[in-house]
Amino acid sequence: MSILINKHTKVICQGFTGKQGTFHSEQAIAYGTNMVGGVTPGKGGQTHLGLPVFNTVQDAVSQAGAEATMIYVPAAFAADAILEAADAGIKVIVCITEGIPVLDMLKVKAALDGGDSILIGPNCPGVITPGECKIGIMPGNIHQPGRVGIISRSGTLTYEAVFQTSNEGLGQSSCVGIGGDPIHGMSFIDCLELFEQDAQTEGIVLVGEIGGAAEEMAADYIRQHVSKPVVAYIAGVTAPPGKRMGHAGAIISGGGGTADGKYAALEAAGVATVRSPAEIGRRMAELLD
Amino acid sequence: MNLHEYQSKGLFRNYAIPVPDGVPISDAADVQNAAESLGGVRWVVKAQAHTGGRGKAGGVVLADSLEQAHSETQRLLGSVLTTHQTGPQGLPVHEVLIEKPTVIAREFYLSVLVDRATRRVAFMASQAGGMNIEEVAAATPEKIITISVNPVVGLQAFQCRQIAFAYGLEGGQIRELQAIMQGLYKLFMEKDASLIEINPLVVDEEGHLLALDAKINLDDNALYRHADLLHMRDLTQEDAREAAAAEHQLNYISLNGTIGCMVNGAGLAMATMDLVKLHGAEPANFLDVGGGATAERVAEAFKLILSDSNVRAVLVNIFGGIVRCDLIAEGIIAAVTEVGISVPVVVRLEGTNAPQGLEMLDSSGLNLDTADDLTEAAQKVVALAAG
Repeated sequence: MSILINKHTKVICQGFTGKQGTFHSEQAIAYGTNMVGGVTPGKGGQTHLGLPVFNTVQDAVSQAGAEATMIYVPAAFAADAILEAADAGIKVIVCITEGIPVLDMLKVKAALDGGDSILIGPNCPGVITPGECKIGIMPGNIHQPGRVGIISRSGTLTYEAVFQTSNEGLGQSSCVGIGGDPIHGMSFIDCLELFEQDAQTEGIVLVGEIGGAAEEMAADYIRQHVSKPVVAYIAGVTAPPGKRMGHAGAIISGGGGTADGKYAALEAAGVATVRSPAEIGRRMAELLD
Repeated sequence: MNLHEYQSKGLFRNYAIPVPDGVPISDAADVQNAAESLGGVRWVVKAQAHTGGRGKAGGVVLADSLEQAHSETQRLLGSVLTTHQTGPQGLPVHEVLIEKPTVIAREFYLSVLVDRATRRVAFMASQAGGMNIEEVAAATPEKIITISVNPVVGLQAFQCRQIAFAYGLEGGQIRELQAIMQGLYKLFMEKDASLIEINPLVVDEEGHLLALDAKINLDDNALYRHADLLHMRDLTQEDAREAAAAEHQLNYISLNGTIGCMVNGAGLAMATMDLVKLHGAEPANFLDVGGGATAERVAEAFKLILSDSNVRAVLVNIFGGIVRCDLIAEGIIAAVTEVGISVPVVVRLEGTNAPQGLEMLDSSGLNLDTADDLTEAAQKVVALAAG
């Protein structure tokens, strides 16, 4: 088992024939992802990387049975791409694009509310079920099929957690990068719920960062609903207030969103926290042995 | 991107949000013209700098005569304003706003922002105008009213009335507030703002509402569709190194420590800073070279870090995903060869092509230390900086 995606998931790429879309589709295909085509408006009917190109997501769904999409279109067109995918009935929409205006995402979220589509991202590394399906920009080779579910707001910091759990011989059930923007799709809580239900997942790693209150809300959820061991690391202890640390969402404002506050909330919920990002894998191994 | 008060008030006027009459000037010789065009016998001289707390720092002065307006303008122009928000280095003042004074009967706080928890645009209001809202939020959170706007229907009249009655407004003031709030909402949505703040929003002696101050922050990600606002950027209000970094698509924030950090990815960059602190030193900067780092960009990043004279040692931490470690190594070697290097450098490479990258560094003949894991890298760089 795994969450969200597996080896049967039929995946397409929006922005398929662009530079990013091409590179990461090649990587996904090489990893064994069940890619069934891609979308580039105006290039429908062509073949790219040995797969069909469609004009619309609707065509990709009706002609190739697409169930999941990875979006690599430029920021100015990303909101439209997400809404097109949702409209066509795509279940898992992974938006890698960074730099989408906040008000675009605000409207997209409102439009997706109540629908069946799950949005992951934007500004995220994507989602992977090791050995089965890779939707995103993460390096496939550091992953190993295994026992730990990983949820993270950051990209390279996710790789760090993956790398360490692989080195400890634990491996991963699935890994989800939920993204670094203030308004995004899947939340920590959405992922925690899926990992709690997933039989393959024995432990959960949560990688948070300063800004917002998502980690505090996750802590509350863990206390009430999660029985599996959780290891958490929060980046940004040294970040000064009022400065945006790369991610639009990573800013301490109004005295809220500090790493210390998040650590306190998680510890109060019984989560095993680590202050060094180098200790994530070892701590998880201790809890699962 | 942040706007000056006079720029924000200019946008307010376009959205029919009442503000005091005022004229921005950048030369003290223009004080007389400005004052005469405004009329009256007293004027407010307001230093334009991207910070709050200007009043307490002497940046806002009521002048009782033309001579005083002139001398205060002369004092402020070209000065450096230091407030509790700017840090000790302060911000330069190149413009002042000359305004007609307002007699204040009552003052309030009003702001518009994106509430990430509800994923909606929200208005925040408080009767405690003129005060730091963060202090109000901490001390008396019950005095802050928040309303959330449904993007489908937009701001509703009843929501404006909720705030009007909470302020204790009456009669025509209620309609005035509604017009101000509708203007703010329209401005916020049309210009892709991330924050609009009026502190204080006042009732003047004739009972009319007026935005006495104005602060607008814009969403940098949306600037591409607001060519009309780009000219309002004031680079003198931004950290020079941070601005230079942005030109090379680097994310750089200068801090006060001694360990320069170069990392790919914002989360890992913060984690690397934390690790430096955990091992007993302070980071000199946050620097994310980004996902598509090229050798050139790495070289620029290196130069940027070394331009900070507080840096005693540099830690490079790269987890190659899309970024190939051999390209990073090439950039490091190019930068070190070009700018020379007077401080120790510790490099930790992991992920795509890491062995090739490490091999290139080792055989470069340059004085670079490598580390196998995060902890070792942090320990090494902290020890080298101390020694």
